[in-house]
Amino acid sequence: MTDTPDMQDERVKEVSFWRRLLNRPELASICGVLLVFILFAILAGDTGMFNSRGVLNWSNVSAQFMIIAVGACLLMIAGEFDLSVGSMIGFAGILIAVFGVTFGWPMWLAIILAFVICMSIGALNGLIVIRTGLPSFIVTLASLFILRGFTIFIPQTISNRTIIGGIPEAAEGDWLAPIFGGKVGGWFFQYLADQGWLETFSRGNRQGEPVVDGIPMLIIWAIGLVIVGQFVLTKTRFGNWIFSSGGDAQAARYVGVPVNRVKILMFMTTAFCATVFAAVQVMEFGTAAADRGNLKEFEAIIAVVIGGTLLTGGYGSVVGAALGALIFGVVQQGLFFAGVEGSLFRVFMGLILLIAVIMNTYFRRLITGEK
Amino acid sequence: MTTEHAPIIEMRNIEKHFGSVIALAGVSVDLFPGECHCLLGDNGAGKSTFIKTMSGVHKPTAGEIRFEGKPLNFADPRDAISAGIATVYQDLAMIPLMSVSRNFFMGNEPIRRVGPLKIFDHEYANRVTMEEMGKMGINLRGPDQAVGTLSGGERQTVAIARAVHFGAKVLILDEPTSALGVRQTANVLATVDKVRKQGIGVVFITHNVRHAMAVGDRFTVLNRGKTLGTAQRGQITPEELQDLMAGGQELVALEGSLGGTV
Repeated sequence: MTDTPDMQDERVKEVSFWRRLLNRPELASICGVLLVFILFAILAGDTGMFNSRGVLNWSNVSAQFMIIAVGACLLMIAGEFDLSVGSMIGFAGILIAVFGVTFGWPMWLAIILAFVICMSIGALNGLIVIRTGLPSFIVTLASLFILRGFTIFIPQTISNRTIIGGIPEAAEGDWLAPIFGGKVGGWFFQYLADQGWLETFSRGNRQGEPVVDGIPMLIIWAIGLVIVGQFVLTKTRFGNWIFSSGGDAQAARYVGVPVNRVKILMFMTTAFCATVFAAVQVMEFGTAAADRGNLKEFEAIIAVVIGGTLLTGGYGSVVGAALGALIFGVVQQGLFFAGVEGSLFRVFMGLILLIAVIMNTYFRRLITGEK
Repeated sequence: MTTEHAPIIEMRNIEKHFGSVIALAGVSVDLFPGECHCLLGDNGAGKSTFIKTMSGVHKPTAGEIRFEGKPLNFADPRDAISAGIATVYQDLAMIPLMSVSRNFFMGNEPIRRVGPLKIFDHEYANRVTMEEMGKMGINLRGPDQAVGTLSGGERQTVAIARAVHFGAKVLILDEPTSALGVRQTANVLATVDKVRKQGIGVVFITHNVRHAMAVGDRFTVLNRGKTLGTAQRGQITPEELQDLMAGGQELVALEGSLGGTV
């Protein structure tokens, strides 16, 4: 603002630092993160929730939510929903297991094929939404059922069961599998343990080894996806196209934004994230089961909404969605550490969702000056 | 307006049929650089169809479009935009939740290279946005202010400034003043005047004769998909224009009963 101070409009009020802060979509979720950490520091501070294994525990859970929240967030900002994320997770896991174990194909091929098939289904979801003009809510609700049906039908028909094991054996020596199932930085944790800064096992056959022996690839994927997602959204031309496609598709089309392409690519991104989730989970559990990923689509949407993204599109933040996922993970595991009855977790999430939506609506009115 | 230089755009006998409905039945309009050509007509006269044909949204069923002397066929709005024909739609100009600077560069984002990455050059976008808004007399709190906080007139002005900045030679304004208050209308009309003086041809669509008379150099009236003729400024009175728009006779009777206030 270098030009013409004498032209200051007297009706444009000076904006305080705090008011400026309100313009950030992440604000509510930052407050939320602080709040849940303080809450559980009080409730579960002495239960091991904040020692190295406890941190790893809720970080893992949060990272799972983060991976699917990134895709759901970008898609929601582009103005669409994907309710088939959960079914897609189950479907992708079964595909990897069927190709890699039942058919005995190399694990890298199974993983790549799962990605190709799932992202094609994502593109198909997008194409149907664009071509028919139907709400993505309905179209992906259909995919939710179709995919879940196939996820049960395929393994049952081929091998007469709905859980396929033997993944670790099939992935032995594979070059791609460790990217989803491995751990990194083991040497660093060993170093910390040797220095006496990290707890070690005091007995058993792993005596002397650190209790945390590396960062799971799950967390690396989550952080990587959040960084890439936030970068693309805020720092690139394509990010501006995502915002404008969700903000007002027709206005965006009039100035030459390829809205259809943007939306289809976002559906594919959501499918990509679901497949990453599935691949990591299959490698970690060593099995694929037809009921995996149930309700994940809603958990992703909740994390995204807690993170300040508008359900109607056009406004939001990937970092916010990641913080929403963190809140999700900390609350879920924190209640477990605090010894609270597990079923109350859903009550908490419902309440947090409601409060987040009310706060976000209020903030948006402040931003846009609506009444 | 001298006729020495050629029209920038010529629309010859444009027809547009939607199934069995004839929306345009042979409309001819031309536009010179630096003039404001007002297109008047009542609702359903075919104004919107006509400008959508001009801006590449619709393909004409028959007729010829010549742009800078060459025949032209737009496949989609992008072609029209890259040729230099920009359209500002009444309520679809801006996205309220996005910042002014993001709106300003929507579809034309400036790129800065950092190694292999192509990054949205926010610094450049913010600077240019503030400069252009200053020129148009709009004081922003900052380039990151959401468009939703601007008034309707300011939004139209931002959209016009955007079109001019990206090299529009022809600017089509679709009823830019129809939803605005008196003061805001005056601001938009002043903006139209500024734009015209830069040598840009403006097509100004309105059904308000007063607004048309305020900035128009020539006036073309559309009625039932046909041109009722084009008049130069000074050759026609507001009353005559009003009559032409409404199809003459009936309005005379109506106007009588309303005491000449329409």
